[in-house]
Amino acid sequence: MAFIGAGVLRGMGVTFRTFLETYPWGRVLLRGLRQPAVEGLVTIEYPDVKQKHAERFRYFPFLVYDGTPDNLRCVSCKICEQECPPQCIYITGPAKDEQGRPQKANGRTFPVEFKIDVSICMSCRICVDVCPFDAIEMDNQYELSSSERFGSLILNKQELLKPNEYFQRIKPTEASEVDARLAAKRPKPQPVFPPKAP
Amino acid sequence: MSLPSLETLFVKPAILLRDLFPESARPWVSIGIAIGAIAAVAPLIMMYLTWIERKLIARMQNRFGPTRVGVYGLLQPMADGLKMLIKEDIAPQGADRLLHAMAPILAVAPAILLFAVLPFGRYLIAADLNVGLLYFFAISSISAYAIFMGGWASRSKFSILGAMRGVAQVISYEVPGVLSAVVVIMIAGTMSTVGIVEAQAQRWFIATPWGFVAGIIFFLSGVAEVNRTPFDMPEAESELVAGFHTEYSGMKFALWYMAEFLEAFAVCAFAVTFFLGGWQGPAVPFWVLTVLGSALIATARKLSLPVRVVATALLLAAGLVWIKEPIPSWMWFLAKTYALVFVLVWLRGTFPRLRVDQLMGLAWKFLLPMALINILAAGLWWFWRDSFIGWFLSAAILALSYWLLILANHPARRFEAALSSRG
Repeated sequence: MAFIGAGVLRGMGVTFRTFLETYPWGRVLLRGLRQPAVEGLVTIEYPDVKQKHAERFRYFPFLVYDGTPDNLRCVSCKICEQECPPQCIYITGPAKDEQGRPQKANGRTFPVEFKIDVSICMSCRICVDVCPFDAIEMDNQYELSSSERFGSLILNKQELLKPNEYFQRIKPTEASEVDARLAAKRPKPQPVFPPKAP
Repeated sequence: MSLPSLETLFVKPAILLRDLFPESARPWVSIGIAIGAIAAVAPLIMMYLTWIERKLIARMQNRFGPTRVGVYGLLQPMADGLKMLIKEDIAPQGADRLLHAMAPILAVAPAILLFAVLPFGRYLIAADLNVGLLYFFAISSISAYAIFMGGWASRSKFSILGAMRGVAQVISYEVPGVLSAVVVIMIAGTMSTVGIVEAQAQRWFIATPWGFVAGIIFFLSGVAEVNRTPFDMPEAESELVAGFHTEYSGMKFALWYMAEFLEAFAVCAFAVTFFLGGWQGPAVPFWVLTVLGSALIATARKLSLPVRVVATALLLAAGLVWIKEPIPSWMWFLAKTYALVFVLVWLRGTFPRLRVDQLMGLAWKFLLPMALINILAAGLWWFWRDSFIGWFLSAAILALSYWLLILANHPARRFEAALSSRG
């Protein structure tokens, strides 16, 4: 028969073991006593040490461009704006000239302004899924806090634009899949004819 | 002038300071020095007790505790103190303003007064009263007045409920606390704290059957008297907001905390004095301690390298200077006291808060009869102190009554079942 009050002592033993497990010398001591000892401190001291994220960790979308920032993949089709569940994407465009005809850069229409509200975005990745042009992708940057609500928390086109090389760097697997898909879609280079008069 | 020995490191300067004054003023000056030293050290002890508690309890919950203010969060108590000082001091509408302001002062004053009879070392005591033990119990029970005064003056339901619980608890636990200390008076034959420590020169009281039991009862009732978890009914956060100090803010709130921590420290220190041999300790050479300490500092990764080098060198130099001396008595006393502080935090980290009836039940139905039986056990031990019979009798009586009391405190069904299965 276990003596009366053993439960109290056992409880204190549990706390003391936890205490020891948070120190390296404590773990050495526990192993010396043939006790299991796991790393007790699970806290990551955030501003000093950052958590290692998986490659597919995502937080906030960005716009991809190839080469130069004016060669962005987005054509301002506004599908993402429509599909975004919390409605945090605001697109102005596509860009038009004075006569109201769509302007083109590198053979594509482009948005005049493209804004995403960080504080509303819920990191669902639906914009990436619905984009037919692979123009929007998920970033893994999460330190976007700001002291003002309507200034730097709404990211504009300039802030959202990032090169494809950056995408390659943060998510190699996903980026090469996208690149392969885009390469397959791209038409074979054809001889350039001057446009015929209608 | 030669370097003073470790034992008189603090006493020598005090005597030198006193001797600067004319003969007639010296008694007053030495009183002033003692008061000044206690008044300066007590807040420091309290501040770093909060730090120690937060660090230890964090480790028991797989956390770091304070780390941001200073290295290892060492400046956290300063930051907290500063915050408390500059916070607004609010007294609720309808509060009795005079009592509301007086209560925290009345709580802190006895907590500091307790330090007067603490023998910190062989020569380190402010006032060696011949009724030191009685003084301890008399002074420490003043806190019940302070708690009720604060709770009453706040004119708040939570405060008055907490205060009522607090008074009931403090008065209840006073009884087993005093009765457990009776055996110390019996065996030591004195109520002077210095005398009690000197009576433990051969054997610490904790190493006897009655001393072991009395020590645990004394410590438990001490923990309950200073309202610490698991006996923190008066301020039970989950039910009473903050109990008797719900309506306190700013420095008054800090004073409540100071009283609580100082009393907790004092309870640990008195438990050391009464049962753990006070400042007595084995004659371990001092340099062993400095080598251990310097190894600890040298491997502390978060300290900057110059600090580590200088601190390690200083410690080793201290070890060389006093190489022939053993660890001084005041270090033993502080080490034992902080070991008990660790137990206090350990209890807090382990046990959930007791219910009111469980709390009262523990005091009246278990600790009190146990303390009474313990007096008998101590008497028997003293009567046959030279032979094996005393040890055996007192241990047997205590073990048997422990078992019976536990059974009797369980629901009646189990008590009868236990009796019938054996009879």
